[in-house]
Amino acid sequence: MNRAPLVLLYLNVLIIATCGLVYELLAGTLASYLLGDSVTQFSLVIGIYLSAMGVGAWLSGFVVDRVARCFIEVELCVALLGGLSAPLLFATFAWAGAFRLVLYFLVFAIGTLVGLELPLLMRLLKEQLDFEDLVSRVLTFDYIGALLASLMFPMFLVPHLGLIRTSLLCGLINAAVGLWGTYLLRPLLVQRGLAGLRGRACLVIGILTVAFIKADSLTMLAEERVLGDPIIHAESTMYQRIVLTRNAKGFQLYLNGHLQFNSVDEYRYHEALVHPVLAPMASPRHVLVLGGGDGLAVREILKYPTIETITLVDIDPGMTSLADRFPPLKELSQNSLRDPRVTVINEDAFVWTGTASEKKFDAAIIDFPDPGSFAIGKLYTRRFYAMLRQRLATDARISVQCTSPLVAPKSYWCIVGTMESAGFHVRPYHAPVPSFGEWGFVLASTGPIPTEMRLPPQVSASLRYLNDEIANNLFDLPPDLKRIPADINQLNNQALVHYYDQEWGSWR
Amino acid sequence: MQINRRELIALMLGTPALLEGCALSSRLPPAGELFGQSASVGHRLRDGFRPRPSEGAWKDVSVVIVGGGAAGLSAAWRLKQGGLDDFQVLELEPAAGGTSRSGKCELTPYPWGAHYIPVPFATNTRLINLLDEMGIVESIAPDGSPVISEQYLCRESEERLFFQGSWIEGLYPTTGATEEDLAELAAFRKEVDRWTEWRDSQGRRAFTIPTRLASDDAAVRELDEISISQWLKDHGWTSSRLHWLVDYSCRDDYGLSAERTSAWAGLLYFAARQSGPGADHQPLITWPEGNGRVIQYLASLAGQRLKTNVAVSQISPADDGSAEVIWFNTQTNEVGGLRAKHVVFAAPQFMAPRLITGFSERTGRGASEFRYGSWLVANLHLKSRPREGSFPMSWDNVIHDSRSLGYVVATHQSGQDQGPTVLTWYYPYSDDEPRGVRDRLLRATWADLADVALTDLERAHPEIRQLTTRLDLFLWGHAMISPRLGFFTCNQRRQAVQPDGPIHFAHTDLSGIALFEEAFDHGCRAADEILELRT
Repeated sequence: MNRAPLVLLYLNVLIIATCGLVYELLAGTLASYLLGDSVTQFSLVIGIYLSAMGVGAWLSGFVVDRVARCFIEVELCVALLGGLSAPLLFATFAWAGAFRLVLYFLVFAIGTLVGLELPLLMRLLKEQLDFEDLVSRVLTFDYIGALLASLMFPMFLVPHLGLIRTSLLCGLINAAVGLWGTYLLRPLLVQRGLAGLRGRACLVIGILTVAFIKADSLTMLAEERVLGDPIIHAESTMYQRIVLTRNAKGFQLYLNGHLQFNSVDEYRYHEALVHPVLAPMASPRHVLVLGGGDGLAVREILKYPTIETITLVDIDPGMTSLADRFPPLKELSQNSLRDPRVTVINEDAFVWTGTASEKKFDAAIIDFPDPGSFAIGKLYTRRFYAMLRQRLATDARISVQCTSPLVAPKSYWCIVGTMESAGFHVRPYHAPVPSFGEWGFVLASTGPIPTEMRLPPQVSASLRYLNDEIANNLFDLPPDLKRIPADINQLNNQALVHYYDQEWGSWR
Repeated sequence: MQINRRELIALMLGTPALLEGCALSSRLPPAGELFGQSASVGHRLRDGFRPRPSEGAWKDVSVVIVGGGAAGLSAAWRLKQGGLDDFQVLELEPAAGGTSRSGKCELTPYPWGAHYIPVPFATNTRLINLLDEMGIVESIAPDGSPVISEQYLCRESEERLFFQGSWIEGLYPTTGATEEDLAELAAFRKEVDRWTEWRDSQGRRAFTIPTRLASDDAAVRELDEISISQWLKDHGWTSSRLHWLVDYSCRDDYGLSAERTSAWAGLLYFAARQSGPGADHQPLITWPEGNGRVIQYLASLAGQRLKTNVAVSQISPADDGSAEVIWFNTQTNEVGGLRAKHVVFAAPQFMAPRLITGFSERTGRGASEFRYGSWLVANLHLKSRPREGSFPMSWDNVIHDSRSLGYVVATHQSGQDQGPTVLTWYYPYSDDEPRGVRDRLLRATWADLADVALTDLERAHPEIRQLTTRLDLFLWGHAMISPRLGFFTCNQRRQAVQPDGPIHFAHTDLSGIALFEEAFDHGCRAADEILELRT
């Protein structure tokens, strides 16, 4: 061989190292996305992967002759297993059980194969290089490859390709190296079976290409089972698991697996949540937002020129800072949390509301997650609403998001009744939000609530869903949403959490 | 004689098999203290220490209340209500409250002992009156029962059980229960219902609180002669789950195992807390600091009349029908005397023969039947919550395979569901132990006892040692009167309520069980006796 292939072989080392690390990162990321607890998942995946590489290195000692051919076979195997690892893991999580078993098996298998690659390649190169040069150059390119992978993975691969396509792309590159190797190492290969080897390489490339093209539908299929769409951001904070997904039309925010909004139709939800409260008020100045760390309710509130302060209380600094730094979310909320009138307080709303304060609010927008746990259920109790009253000015208006009155009628009317028992005048209303379905709200006030709704012209110009007519129609409840009796939600019975469990449990 | 740490853990937690694998690395929290009752003062008095005040150190007062626990402070409350303001409450410890004491840190107050009061029935008008004064009664229902503001009622979820490796809702170990188990549970509940419904010829309930209002019919009295575990067996109930539930309940309320608790006390736990057959148990009133909140309220009413760090060394009835009370300050050693028209003896009964001159000769009574259990209470300050997989952290968290009672969460009632918290862990010395062993246990150090608490909690929360930033302990030598077999019906207990000349008795031990309601009732009764004499 002349010098040109030697450089090409270094390139081979680089590519192999890069792909190898990407597979490891993929498995770790996927495991912590799907199972949570990233420290454990990454530790386990790295541990298993590295030890498997050791096994691979040891196994390479048993390859006595036909080293080049073996190298190419290994390369094709890595391409297939590694390339399909992410789609396979997603599918396992969505449809089959024993996810961990499959995960660790895959990590071990890929690790073993990757561990075989370098020793074999070094043996191929040893004919042309001194031992010192061989070790220094191969290891140099190996480590550079690792750096390349660790930089590209978070900055380029995952954001632009997503996990599944990243995995398939690396598989394709591995397969291409394999196919290329049949030419590059041609002098070291025997003629017999060469065509078959090339044929298999083409087959692997074909499979991965088809998968790459079909990745969207594959992803859709698998992730729909889990969340619905490809994940573009995921983190576990002290309080909850935040996941953002994206599809062709827009992106979605999930907290603990529950959809909070879909950018496609969130405007319907947030317009319905905010404007029935603020539109009829002469000059709302101080507004309180409880929950709503995504900043979307704040965006709507800022449309009123009389606003002087907005106080947003959300327990999770992870959520409010994400809304502040994650570009798609920032864009959607029109950077509302950065408005100088907005103060963000990261505290449990129950504790915050119970703290005495001089400041009284003209209006409050209550946007908590659905009452699926005791910790959230307390934010819908009579006691909570009684404490909230202490924080409000005379005749203040509030609105509360209260799950679907169609799916969970007892839960819905439990919230309405609880607010009444805390001394609020209430007007129940609803809005269709396609991503959620038929959705329920309550408008409440410490004083009587006028029935006529008129949106200020400068506000209604910026609205996509509400006009005067639609705004008034929100309060017409169709017969299938009629009131049914329900207990009052108190701290000591948490009736709502029990209703919610039953109603959504039977729906799912 | 010292006891080594492994022995201590085996003695208290009694599960050598489970601990076999533990390395006992015994990483302890960086901070903590061991508190206890002022045993040295008590022992000095026991050993005959009797100071005499100088002539000028005597003062006159209408009523001296000896003991500033729930009973003594309740007596003060009732006297004040009855228009008698001239009283003094003398408390041996640095803080009032007895076993209802509480502590606090920057995050939250927390209990050191008693931590709840079931919502009283309409018949307990006095207690309703107190709760109303404290501002926690929202209204009174037409039947006279109080409607308590929801923030003072124990918040859902109330209790959970760590059983077979995971937390489940409620206290009964439902996981894996067979049909026979559940049938026995149902039969037991039916029998409790029968007792709830039972009335004697005078229309009195068999079990109610205060127990003074309950029936003394022979059918009830004979329940005092057997243990509650025997009583279960006599009904043919052998389910280990049912026996566990009953045993836990006895250890929880009385600090005694089911074998040593009388069937009377065992049934009282269940039947006195439901309004009628099939009803849920009465909701529980609680505060982050437990019953410490009631103590603070009562102590604030007593104001300057409550003196702490003051030990009473002698109470002597005088010829003119009054009494002389000699006291000394445990901090300054100052000695003083009070000439009182009346005395409320609101200390444990076992101290009566030691402090009251000529008590046994005059009354023919002793206190040998009054026996008390010891408790260890730990407050663990956590920097964050343990990781939870199954049913979420509740107010009361019980570990099935443990002789501890588990823990209550101080921040539960205030709605702080994330972040730092304080857990109050309870351990009653509930089994028959040779005296020597118990004495050795009581002499264990902070490190030894902290390790016991952590080892116990580690079963349910493996990371507890990493999370705990501070662990304080309180060792209550005489924590609770024990409702052993025959104690409720014995003459010594029944006669102990009778005044000794100017000395009136008020303490929960007079009822044979340790409950706030009983202490309160005796305090009010003793005060009433005095108020009646004055009119």
